[in-house]
Amino acid sequence: MIFGPLRSAVDFVGLVSLNLRDTLFYVIAGRAYGQPVRLTAVSQQVLLSGLQAIPIVILLCGIVGVMLAIQGMQTLSIFGAEQFINVGLAVSIPKEFSPLIVGIVVAGRSGSQITSRVGSMGLNGELDGLTVMGIAPHRFVDVPTLLGLLVSVPILVVIGDFAALGLAGLYASTALGMSFHAFMDQLIELISLADYLLGISKGVVFGVLIGGIALAFGRSVAGGADDLGRKTTSSVVVCIATIIAVDALYSILGQL
Amino acid sequence: MSLLRVDQLTGGYNGHVVIDGCSMQVDPGEVVVIMGGSGSGKSTFLKHLIGLKPPMSGSVELNSEDLYSGSMNDRYRRLSHIGVAFQMGALVSSLSIFDNVALPLRETTDLPEDVIEVMVRLKLEFVELLDKQDLLPSELSGGMLKRAAVARALARDPKLVFMDEPSAGLDPVVASALDDLILKIKDALGVSVVVVTHELESAFKIASRIVVLDRGFIIFDGSVDAIRASDNPRIQALINRTAEPMAFDAEEHYRRIMGLPEG
Ligand SMILES: Nc1ncnc2c1ncn2[C@@H]1O[C@H](COP(=O)(O)OP(=O)(O)OP(=O)(O)O)[C@@H](O)[C@H]1O
Ligand SMILES: [Mg+2]
Repeated sequence: MIFGPLRSAVDFVGLVSLNLRDTLFYVIAGRAYGQPVRLTAVSQQVLLSGLQAIPIVILLCGIVGVMLAIQGMQTLSIFGAEQFINVGLAVSIPKEFSPLIVGIVVAGRSGSQITSRVGSMGLNGELDGLTVMGIAPHRFVDVPTLLGLLVSVPILVVIGDFAALGLAGLYASTALGMSFHAFMDQLIELISLADYLLGISKGVVFGVLIGGIALAFGRSVAGGADDLGRKTTSSVVVCIATIIAVDALYSILGQL
Repeated sequence: MSLLRVDQLTGGYNGHVVIDGCSMQVDPGEVVVIMGGSGSGKSTFLKHLIGLKPPMSGSVELNSEDLYSGSMNDRYRRLSHIGVAFQMGALVSSLSIFDNVALPLRETTDLPEDVIEVMVRLKLEFVELLDKQDLLPSELSGGMLKRAAVARALARDPKLVFMDEPSAGLDPVVASALDDLILKIKDALGVSVVVVTHELESAFKIASRIVVLDRGFIIFDGSVDAIRASDNPRIQALINRTAEPMAFDAEEHYRRIMGLPEG
């Protein structure tokens, strides 16, 4: 009984990797084969997955930042050590919370957008139409989507860092009766460059994962509207689950 | 030299043979109509011809080059010399009609944009859709959509164009106008056209040659006059629109209806 789902999971991982391999091929060698990647298409995806996600990323990361500050200060107050909240924020936000929140937001927004777009292109015969025109669907559809995510997710992580740290700082400095500027100076001083870059690198990895999974689900749509709906839902669920799992993996590997 | 040569093509789905050892060819300047009853395998045959489905055995040659040999990128390159107009258009739904027709030019050639614009307008004028160029595919009627698909198929001035069911789902007047367009493509542009259809009237009007597909076999390949004169009963059934005579077996019928295993 367990083998059925296990096998389809392995099949799906295979599908995602094959798809990613073909996509990568056109990024590197597309031009040589008369299949150049268009920057306008990439920028369109950046607009869709990146720019348009900025408000929700600021909102969610800001809220999580404030919540962290509140919870952290409550816990620290048991030891009378509220002023050390800046240490907790500096460690956890850039490395952990900002990439995770951004990953989940992008998985929800772009994961569904990509799967439903590619899925309906398949159902309408648009992908076949591209193929017979001699335009590789991987080059025309997948590459810009993936590159767009690769660019936008790390940028969103940086924006999420600012929002979460800024709002957390606003709350904590007020609660501690400090000036916002002084608090932020200390806070930024405490952030290690390695943690900050690790957070951004998670953005890159999450971007590739979301793109790879959502595109593979979109390609696997067959049959009709029912399947399109089902695959779009699965795509978002698998994207979010994968991001949380990979994030956990980062933490575990960080312990070694 | 033939533009398309199909040799002993066998194909189908998941090991299930739908097309069985079919051979045919298309020469410059002719309209070849592929006909056959519903389920005879026309759409499947077309998929094999236009590079969407590698055959189980046999070969498809475009301009004397084996379409399916080598990598997928070789296939893309060979396909850029033909045009295909799909039944439902298969236009990119997020692009305007103009951009759809420009797509193959922009994506597979190095032509400068101003040249592309002129070429696209020429093709849109040819199919009489110039005034609709800024609309999205979803904003066109079925007949216009088919003409837009034809314009896109002609965009790169191919020598060979494929069309799937051009008159399906159209009223007789529009369908006949589309037939005229196909003849215009042949006569004015000198382009060969392969048309898949089951509209008899339209086939007789446009065909230089008719190929009849039946249960996966090519049972006829010849001129309109020859098909009228043919005494093959299955061809007669097709052109006289009579249902194929089938021996009625009461017991077998009962089994089928009751869902019993075959006896
Ligand atoms: N995707 C598919 N998977 C499996 N079998 C298929 C598939 N598409 C078609 N077939 C089978 O192949 C056979 C031929 O179908 P095809 O669509 O080629 O016929 P057709 O001549 O185009 O018919 P029509 O005139 O009704 O469009 C049918 O028996 C059909 O069930
Ligand atoms: Mg068909």
